[in-house]
Amino acid sequence: MRGIKDRVAIVGMGCSNFGERWDSSASDLIVEAAYEAYEDAGLGGEDIQAAWLGTVSSFRTGQPLAEALKLDYIPITRVENACATATDAFRNACYAVAAGIYDIVLAVGVEKLKDSGFSGLAIPEAPGSDVTPPTPPPSQFAMAATRYFHQYGIPYDQGKLTLAEIATKNHHNGTLNPKAHFQREITTDQVINAPMIAWPLGLFDCCGVSDGAAAAIITTPEIARSLRKDYVLVKGLGLSVGAFGILRDDWDFTHFPETVRASQSAYEEAGVINPRQDIDMAMVHDCFTITELIIYEDLGFSGRGRGSEDVHNGSFTLEGDLPVNTDGGLKCFGHPVGASGIRMIYEVYKQLQGKAEGRQLKKADLGLTHNLGGRPGSFTCSVAIFGTAG
Amino acid sequence: MAGIIKFGAYIPKYRLGPETLGWNSRSERAVANFDEDSLTMAVAAGLDCIDDIDRGKIDGLIFASTTPPYAEKQSASIIAEALDLRQDLFTSDITGVLKCGTSALRSALDSVIAGSCQLILVLVSDSRQAPPRSDVERNSGDGAVAFLIGTQNVIAEFDGFYAVSQNILDNWRSSNDPFVRTWEDRFSTEEGLYRVLQAAIDGYLDKHGLKPSDIDKLALYAPDYRRHSSLAKTLGFDTSQIEDPMFDSLGNTGAAFALMMLAKTLETCSEGQRVLVAAYGDGSDVLGFKVTNQPLHNENSLLVSGYLCSKHVLENYETYAKWRDVWEMDDGSRRPTANSPSATAIWRENEKNIRLYGSKCAACNYIQYPAQKVCVNCQAIEGGSNIRLSDQPGYVFTYSMDYIAGTVDVPLVITVVNFDCGGRLLCMMTDREVENISIDMPIDMSFRKLRVVNGIHNYYWKSIPKRGLRDERD
Repeated sequence: MRGIKDRVAIVGMGCSNFGERWDSSASDLIVEAAYEAYEDAGLGGEDIQAAWLGTVSSFRTGQPLAEALKLDYIPITRVENACATATDAFRNACYAVAAGIYDIVLAVGVEKLKDSGFSGLAIPEAPGSDVTPPTPPPSQFAMAATRYFHQYGIPYDQGKLTLAEIATKNHHNGTLNPKAHFQREITTDQVINAPMIAWPLGLFDCCGVSDGAAAAIITTPEIARSLRKDYVLVKGLGLSVGAFGILRDDWDFTHFPETVRASQSAYEEAGVINPRQDIDMAMVHDCFTITELIIYEDLGFSGRGRGSEDVHNGSFTLEGDLPVNTDGGLKCFGHPVGASGIRMIYEVYKQLQGKAEGRQLKKADLGLTHNLGGRPGSFTCSVAIFGTAG
Repeated sequence: MAGIIKFGAYIPKYRLGPETLGWNSRSERAVANFDEDSLTMAVAAGLDCIDDIDRGKIDGLIFASTTPPYAEKQSASIIAEALDLRQDLFTSDITGVLKCGTSALRSALDSVIAGSCQLILVLVSDSRQAPPRSDVERNSGDGAVAFLIGTQNVIAEFDGFYAVSQNILDNWRSSNDPFVRTWEDRFSTEEGLYRVLQAAIDGYLDKHGLKPSDIDKLALYAPDYRRHSSLAKTLGFDTSQIEDPMFDSLGNTGAAFALMMLAKTLETCSEGQRVLVAAYGDGSDVLGFKVTNQPLHNENSLLVSGYLCSKHVLENYETYAKWRDVWEMDDGSRRPTANSPSATAIWRENEKNIRLYGSKCAACNYIQYPAQKVCVNCQAIEGGSNIRLSDQPGYVFTYSMDYIAGTVDVPLVITVVNFDCGGRLLCMMTDREVENISIDMPIDMSFRKLRVVNGIHNYYWKSIPKRGLRDERD
């Protein structure tokens, strides 16, 4: 196995403003993200040889991408892979270039969620016997929180405080990001005293629901070099799909094997030995605060049951030794499902180029993105690692 | 010798009582939770009755209720799956009249006497809805009772029968009526209840050459306490001969009311005693039983007295009104409307959903729910056997409480249940007090109504905190 390391590069990226984009359609959001990417790369639609469109519920096919961007009868594939949708569209685009089939390709992720009239996440399901209990995402991850507190003997108030520190960290980062949906500081008291959504998770433990799109132009390192100096290299792409946790009565609900396995393959490709030391920044799937806490441990940033200590020590803040969700995360961007993965890559790309403005980290040479889709016990997880060209 | 071999009961956990705000009554009545109906209560009563019986020996099931979930579609067939009874089973619903419970009992006795069935489970259950704050609502109660009928080892021998038929509109309800309708009280009482029951009981006694004093206990239907006591007196029975009608603790459970009293009597009666049950509705059925020397073997059953003690009184009337859908609500969430469940999927998943079968891998013995074609533990294919999880002891592994899931019963408690035998199930928890839920708490599984969409009543199992003989108000 040769792996993906250094075989493809990102030469242009775009990201729409995220939020309640009442006046924009999904196609409008695609145009906003793609044209920023074109401009960033110094390329146009006529240079794109193939494209991948990631969306969970906004479109069913690749055609809307062709229609929005007027692409020239090129092959387009629509990708849907739960919350890892955008990253998987990106991954498939990378593999097409690495295989030598195409030179320049486009990956776009988009989701328009705010037209449903329902403030939660409304995803239609296939007909069935409908006896599965209604467990929207907050309820699913709340069960992980309940068990996490129990397993590590964490009193409720202390557990809530740890989660609140994660939320305030991400909200602080969001204040430094003009593209974020939420750009307001919050306090740990606000988080702890917020209305309960799914106990023990309150309103500020949950990410928002937003509209948004993000795009990446992928090419070979050779072509990238001819276009710009600060292109970004793909170092590793891991994807793991598990569906066995809930069938097993011995699975603990406090670690997600899919994250462990996806990160292991990405680390192997990228040559990461000690993730806590080797990785400079990470954009992880903070759909809920408890998810981010468990991800620290699953990615090997913190020891098992030790995530809280690292949170209290500020390890994952912009000033910490391993900043996480520097752009504000899902907490501030919301989670337009099909767009989030490429939105995360956009932040890593900007940090690695030194163009992250007020959020810019001192050292950002190796960055990671992570998406977790599905529910505890049955996830699709993607982990991607990116490095600077130098 | 035909008769009752075993019996069981089910009374929902919740009560409207003197301490319930807005209830305005000094007496207590049992109310079904929002996810209970006559069918789910019948399942629970059945489980209480057949706890230690070989389910494979039961070859008949009769369900009786004035409140079956469907106007057309049998309830007994659903109940048979939930109780995991055999497939070559005689099933029947008897509905449409308050005395349907005694009719069911009579049919079952006739069948075992004729030899067309060996062992019939009779389940009588009602959850009757009266207009909010009416007298009928105040005096009604929800509950179910179960009798196992056969010819071997009976605890109460079938001793006689007498019936009266009377066409009268005193209580009625058409298909589209939300509430039971009644005619003027004085007419219904004098020309209906009193006259008909008098004729029926006199008829029974005459037919069998008995006097009221020959009867040790009478389980007598009446709609409320006042009429019950005056009727008993008119019939020539002493207070000591009358089984307690439980108007201050349970309420009139409709088709299951006189039979609930019969079950309560059987809990304490002794050999040789003669017991009568008199049901009412478009006439009357009177059945007589003689208690044998067979001991009651119901150590694990709660029976009527156990369920009466295991209760929680609601804080306010509004909660009950929401459960019964007589309280308009708008949560403003614009949640997408639910699609109809697929009838094919429901049919295909009978064993998974209604019998609650998991599978045990033939290669490695790993228990998993739902049953898997490929074992989650050893990846062996298709080598499993069914294992019924509905009556397995289990505990809460983890849980959440969802405040925005759009349920009647906020918060919606979701539990991950681990069974002691192995196997894990994700399900809702019901009949729970939020402050008492914890990891590792022991649970039972209870068959409940999930929702009605497209006219389909969709049933499944939920976890409930283990019910015991303890008053849970403490």
